[in-house]
Amino acid sequence: MSQFQAIGSIGVPSPPPIVAIPASPGYWRSVWGRLQRDPVTVAVGILLLTIFFVTAFAPLVATQDPTTGSVIGRLQPIGSAGHWLGTDETGRDMWARLAYGGRLSLLTGVAPVTISLLIGGILGITAGYAGGLVGTLIMRTMDVFYAFPSILLAIAICGMLGSGLFNSVLALALVFIPPMVRISETVTSQCRHLDFVEAARASGTTTSQIIRHHMLANVLGPILVYATSLISLSIILSAGLSFLGLGVTPPAAEWGLMLNSLRQSIYVQPYVAALPGLMIFVTSMCFNLTADGLRSAMDVRLAH
Amino acid sequence: MSSTTAQPTLDPRDRGGPAQPLLIVDELTKHFPVYGGALNRQVATVHAVDGVSLSVRKGETLGIVGESGCGKSTTARLLMQLIKPDSGRLIFDGDEVGAPGGIDVTSMRRQMQMVFQDSYSSLNPRMTMIDSIAYAPRMHGLSAKAAEARAESLLERVGLHPRQFGRRYPHELSGGQRQRVNIARALALEPRLVILDEAVSALDKSVEAQVLNLLADLKEQFNLTYLFISHDLNVVEFISDRVLVMYLGQVVETGPVEDIYSRPRHPYTRALLASIPTLDPDRRTTVLPLTGDPPNPINPPLGCRFRTRCPFAEAGCAETTPKLAAPIGTQANPVTPHLVACHVAAAQQGAIHGH
Amino acid sequence: MLVFVIRRLLQAIPILIGVSLVVFGLVHLVPGNPIDMLMPPEASPEVIAQMKAAFGFDKPLYMQYLLWLSRAISGDFGLSIFNSTPVAGQLMDALTNTLKLAILAAILGFSAGIALGLIAGFNHNRWPDKIASVITTAGVSMPHYWCAIVMVLACAVLNDWLPAQGMGDDQDPFLDRLQYLVMPVVTLSFIPMGVVGRLVRATVLEILGREFPGALAAKGLTRWPILRHVCKNAAPPVLALMGLQFGYLLGGSILVETVFNWPGSGNLLNIAIFRRDIPVLQATILVLASFFVVLNLMVDILQAAIDPRLRR
Repeated sequence: MSQFQAIGSIGVPSPPPIVAIPASPGYWRSVWGRLQRDPVTVAVGILLLTIFFVTAFAPLVATQDPTTGSVIGRLQPIGSAGHWLGTDETGRDMWARLAYGGRLSLLTGVAPVTISLLIGGILGITAGYAGGLVGTLIMRTMDVFYAFPSILLAIAICGMLGSGLFNSVLALALVFIPPMVRISETVTSQCRHLDFVEAARASGTTTSQIIRHHMLANVLGPILVYATSLISLSIILSAGLSFLGLGVTPPAAEWGLMLNSLRQSIYVQPYVAALPGLMIFVTSMCFNLTADGLRSAMDVRLAH
Repeated sequence: MSSTTAQPTLDPRDRGGPAQPLLIVDELTKHFPVYGGALNRQVATVHAVDGVSLSVRKGETLGIVGESGCGKSTTARLLMQLIKPDSGRLIFDGDEVGAPGGIDVTSMRRQMQMVFQDSYSSLNPRMTMIDSIAYAPRMHGLSAKAAEARAESLLERVGLHPRQFGRRYPHELSGGQRQRVNIARALALEPRLVILDEAVSALDKSVEAQVLNLLADLKEQFNLTYLFISHDLNVVEFISDRVLVMYLGQVVETGPVEDIYSRPRHPYTRALLASIPTLDPDRRTTVLPLTGDPPNPINPPLGCRFRTRCPFAEAGCAETTPKLAAPIGTQANPVTPHLVACHVAAAQQGAIHGH
Repeated sequence: MLVFVIRRLLQAIPILIGVSLVVFGLVHLVPGNPIDMLMPPEASPEVIAQMKAAFGFDKPLYMQYLLWLSRAISGDFGLSIFNSTPVAGQLMDALTNTLKLAILAAILGFSAGIALGLIAGFNHNRWPDKIASVITTAGVSMPHYWCAIVMVLACAVLNDWLPAQGMGDDQDPFLDRLQYLVMPVVTLSFIPMGVVGRLVRATVLEILGREFPGALAAKGLTRWPILRHVCKNAAPPVLALMGLQFGYLLGGSILVETVFNWPGSGNLLNIAIFRRDIPVLQATILVLASFFVVLNLMVDILQAAIDPRLRR
């Protein structure tokens, strides 16, 4: 009758000889494995960990007090006795201030992203999964905030709220929520229309189960990669706010603030004055490279 | 659980006996709005599925054929209630779905499962094969251990060794292997009806044949009923007991597979069959193949929808939509009737004007 | 296409209204009347009331908003609280200065970014790719205010190549005034260069990964037609990004303008924040944000003109 009967005897193929293949590792473990094999990511990871530990254990690493200076020891050059990175415009030890300053810089880099990840992620996943009126409402509201260049909005909010650590974290979190919503919404609505989600619905899985078991694992990866690259921007912007005098208030040590107060000393000790900015640059670059590494390690298609 | 003898064992969930159709679909309709214009208002309607009625008898395979865009896949998703129909009733083994006194959508879905065309996107890329198959039983309250055992035995049944394939991820399998997993996943809830939506269309010919044979075996083992949707007429002929031909969201002809393939009554069915490529000189036909694409389902032709491409079209075809009825001059078989939706006797006989 | 343009224009209206609401609302993030904060504590209540009436701060909020908006639409942003000069004039001067920087920085940054991205994309994983990628990644990670300081250090402090600050006198010869532009423009161009370069590289890689350039090569086409083909397909996303980046240049120039003491809109905003000069602040943010909205609108329309699939 047709071509199929001729080869019908194939039927269920006899099981192929069992090769002892090790069980495929879990997805996240395979991502981790690929990360470890990428030399750039490993180097950047080590550097980031070093920065983190130096700032976290600043009192142990830097013996001198970051807030007491001396009038006679002002603006010492790099490599001077007792201050291997020199001193700032009030004679405070640069090494100690850089180590302590990293705490606030990292905090104001990571905290706004974490807040916006939570709020924006939830809003975006809701909008992407629900679609319809709820989705439209969320996305149109975000469009309004999207109409501001991010730094302008941060400066405007901070300018109105006044300077301070809390206000600058709040302002940056508000600034990062709209792009976070947009990314989450895009990824979620793409994922939502894949057949495996339909298949799960067809087998009677509830919406909350689908979101928890099928959507999150697939959606979280791209969102986390984006969040990592946002940390880089957040560090630059928060230090920028302090640089304008809108962020952390003196005498606290923070890289952006240090850059600002050392700006006038550029004619006296140019290299010392450039140090805090170098730290911002290096840290921000590390987060960007980490995001790149994560992105390619998470790309399943590349894994073939 | 199953028997390989020809005599089907009675399913404990069976209600109306073998004579009662497993699924009756009555006047199912779905129109999609089309938005456009400066104000993004609804400007048109796609008549995706327009008054489709069908019945699937217990233990049979009903094939649905038609060109792409004729509403086959929408029908499948409507049956699974993945999209809400605008109107129409579903009656599953005598119980109306979603009606008071009937069965709810969830319990219907437990007895009715679906296999999708795209074997890759229908598996969660972050789940192993065992996890994917065991997922639905787990969600319905089976213990992790029992669900995993069921998944392993199903993998075995679809011809994949659990120890070799169970812990792999979708991208590590071939298309044919993935589709076997999808079939196993559909069977995990022990459904009675499986909808196969172009389930073998994306596979290589040799793999397709293997999967079709697997489907035939599984049907016997698990006492299943199939709704087999495909654009490939050879495949439908091979696997189906009865066939339903769709054109632009409507049923134009239905009947036992031998009747449809040997004595097609609708000019569209005849044209479809004539378009099957064949090397057998006895099967070559003189029927003109279809030309052009189907009309736009946004503004389907009034009356008979096929008339714009039909060589037999008469003035009357534009006025009333033909209803499904026994072909002119025949008596309908009451159990598996051959029905056709066409006004014109000459068209049903296949005489060709002017040739 | 015309329907698409009209629809996009209509969609921009609610966004602009939302933007104006946000800008107006910003001022009221902190409780209290701007006049109360500005007046010395010993000022008499009559004087304060007079001042409030003069600047319209005595009316209910929604009236203030409507009044402000209707005036703003006609180009009247009121008087600066600080020096009582019309805001519109100050803003126009500042905006012109910022536009000079932004346009030059955009031209420099975009062309460098596109060049680097193409070099990297067509030499995937070879040394030109690595060098270009390091440069572009550095570009996006660069705190540009620090970069500005380093530039000053290198070109004005350690060497005497370029003027460190300001934009020169109108009487100076043209070439001399041009010198003042070099450092701010180069500094501002780093971020767009990095962002555009990275996107161009990713897009080129994606297009090259698809089959059709292979098919083109199989047809015997040489390198240049392939490059043209890739560029045509990469244009829409890159264009969209460039639109966004130009907007960021306008709004983000505040830090760089502060370092170089460039009398642009960023500088104006910075000063307005510290003087709590509400009318100037509102006007600057409103105009910059509206500019950004219009820019995005134009990019959308341009994209749709290139790629008909985007005309939904």
